[in-house]
Amino acid sequence: MVKFNRFTLDNGLRVIVHEDNTTPMAVLNILYDVGARDEDPEQTGFAHLFEHLMFGGSVNIPVYDEPLQRVGGENNAFTSNDITNYYITLPSANLETAFWLESDRMLSLAFSEKSLEVQRNVVIEEFKQRYLNQPYGDVWLKLRPLVYKKHPYRWATIGKTIKHIEDARIEDVKAFFKKHYNPQNAIMVVGGNVTTEQIKELSEKWFGQIPAGEKYHRNLPQEPEQQKARRETVTAKVPLNDVYIAFQMGARTDEDYYAVELLSDILSRGNSSRLYKSLIKEKQIFSEVHAYITGSLDKGMFVLEGKPLEGISIEQAEAALWEELEKVKAEEIPADELTKVQNKTESTMIFSEMSLLDKAMNLASFELLGDADLINHETAKYIAVTAAQVKEQANKLFKKDNSSTLIYLAEK
Amino acid sequence: MINRQLAPEFRAIDNISLIRPEHQQLGNGANVFSFNSGDQELVRIEWIFGNLSFDPAKPLLNMAVNSMLTDGTTTLTAAQIADKIDFYGAFLQVDYGYENSQVTLYSLNKHLQHTLPVIADILQNSIFPEKELETFKRNQQQKLQVSLQKNDVVARRTFNRAVYGTTIFGYASEMADYQTLQHDDMLAHYKKMYQPSNCTIVVAGKVEPQTLTLLAETFEKNWTNTAVPAITNQPDINAAADLFYFTEKPEALQSAIRIGTPIINRSHADFQSLQVLNTVFGGYFGSRLMANIREDKGYTYGIGSGLASFKQVGSFFIATEVGADVCKLAVTEIEKEINILKTELVPEEELSLVRNYMLGSLLGSLENVFSHADKFKTIYFAGLDYDYYDRYTATVKNITSDKLIQLANTYFHFDQFYKVIVGKY
Repeated sequence: MVKFNRFTLDNGLRVIVHEDNTTPMAVLNILYDVGARDEDPEQTGFAHLFEHLMFGGSVNIPVYDEPLQRVGGENNAFTSNDITNYYITLPSANLETAFWLESDRMLSLAFSEKSLEVQRNVVIEEFKQRYLNQPYGDVWLKLRPLVYKKHPYRWATIGKTIKHIEDARIEDVKAFFKKHYNPQNAIMVVGGNVTTEQIKELSEKWFGQIPAGEKYHRNLPQEPEQQKARRETVTAKVPLNDVYIAFQMGARTDEDYYAVELLSDILSRGNSSRLYKSLIKEKQIFSEVHAYITGSLDKGMFVLEGKPLEGISIEQAEAALWEELEKVKAEEIPADELTKVQNKTESTMIFSEMSLLDKAMNLASFELLGDADLINHETAKYIAVTAAQVKEQANKLFKKDNSSTLIYLAEK
Repeated sequence: MINRQLAPEFRAIDNISLIRPEHQQLGNGANVFSFNSGDQELVRIEWIFGNLSFDPAKPLLNMAVNSMLTDGTTTLTAAQIADKIDFYGAFLQVDYGYENSQVTLYSLNKHLQHTLPVIADILQNSIFPEKELETFKRNQQQKLQVSLQKNDVVARRTFNRAVYGTTIFGYASEMADYQTLQHDDMLAHYKKMYQPSNCTIVVAGKVEPQTLTLLAETFEKNWTNTAVPAITNQPDINAAADLFYFTEKPEALQSAIRIGTPIINRSHADFQSLQVLNTVFGGYFGSRLMANIREDKGYTYGIGSGLASFKQVGSFFIATEVGADVCKLAVTEIEKEINILKTELVPEEELSLVRNYMLGSLLGSLENVFSHADKFKTIYFAGLDYDYYDRYTATVKNITSDKLIQLANTYFHFDQFYKVIVGKY
């Protein structure tokens, strides 16, 4: 059970307070409701580049990191296709510094040309390090446009190409800030050794005067239902072949979501999972194999991935994956197996309460989904899933017509 | 109207209190350290064993025996072990380290009576089935092939081999080494290493009296030592003579750089001071390496430095991946930053920031009871006591710029550093 209090400032900023006096620390987490899906198709990678620029100084504070480090704090941020999330942890006695820093960059950035130039370079190096200079690093740059044809999920958060990063101009940065970075589009969670009264005061003091700005109304092209199997084969300088099969699935907020996530656990969570036992240990088809879902806010992906052993053809590998999928389509999973993945989900939720930062981030995410209190009802939703529902979802998702297969061939 | 240009008042961190463990020794010699704190009804239990002396002819034994502990016992198959653990929502992992290897269980307290016997079984009755061993070898070799395509991995392997020589610390597995793995050797290694007298058990979470009773019952009664004690001392380090290693990758977009040197370890009186120097140099986001090479030059996504400490050796290293076209420039800048440490006093403003950052970071690293147990393991396995942390906070608070410049001149000799480049140079 994660307890919290909640209030909204006049300018629309939503604030959630989680009091936890077992720690001398505090966390301030701000989620901005903007991700790579909100980008212009000709300016991809922008939400993430912008995240870097948020550390380049704000209107009244020339540098962001230094004053925070000076009070014993640390911070970081991440951008996904759906959201951009910034967080600070620091000794709770110095919490006001976090309010000062975060409110000033919500008020306005410094928009320095030097910062833009350097961060363009840093992000280009990040692009190379994580996506281009790694074996299989570009998989998501290829898989996304195969699965999505209309929705902006068709590009990765890093962007479609380095060119889009190179072309970013300061005017674009300003326009992006105006459109997305205002109190109405943000959710702030403060947790740790704090009181709700104290947070109300600090919030009013530092964030209360920030203009509400314009509300961003998201209107994204939705991905049409897939009608036909898709397939792409690429050859690259990698040591092993790799097989990806992705299926379109529903959104994170769909009722069906819980059954689908348990389905992915049945297939691939831990060494007792079906794919591991059957395809790695018994039949010895793959050296590694995984199934997972993206948990996206719009229509998501259910992904299977496996690296076949030497001597196993791509056809054999694909057939072996499909055989497992056909099994979950044909037969209900036994009660014990369902209980197993439900128990695992339950204990994962309890273990996640050991981390203050995890709790703060989860509260923000659930508030974005509609209500922070969802955090306390998640486990029950997983427990309520039946074997019949899991089978129904398997039949709905695992159809050839709904599949996108990406084959990665090792250049010999 | 608030003045937004003025930073709010702040307080320096005064004292940091660490939870110390309760200790008991089981009849068979296993030491149990327990940390009781927290609201959640769960525990983390670690069974930690000293690795046996490294045998260069059979270099994989410590790692392979540890990795395959979950692959079958006289009564349970690998699949049954996984089923039992997963059914109770528990997490079981095995981890191989240079000095120790361990088994870790995360479990809800209410299921311990079902999960603990599985651990007892794998610690007493593992059999390393031939079929599982073949699968293990094959899959490890596949993973190794992928790792060897990563420049940063190759740089780390090359660096460790140079700095630590042919010891367990410098060893990096090759494909052919997997052929040396034999079932009988593994079983013999297992029997010597995984015995109670070589085991430290660390329990953290909601540790109630009945938790400890159950633990003692499960790991005392049938678990006995063999006649031969575990020999865990490691041979001396023999660092390589060559200082420069360049692996060319003509198509690389980035080059991995790893530069460093053997250095004092945690037990030396200068170690805490060196941690401050390392933090200034490359140990946090605002460090000099980051400020210069990422935030000013934009050569990299990230660069940092660190200190590794083992019982018999330590090392200092700088690691980064930079644009292939700026690799030489980046190395020059790294050298420049080392030289600045040796010739210019760290300004008081920067030093005070680092002091506060390090104390805040220590406080923040104590997130929950598991972190308190981790702090204990750091000192316990280095043969130190809690004074270590008192010295740490005192050093961070009081160290002077004079001391830092003196340390830099004692320990940092760039021309004697090992330099590893993988990519283009």
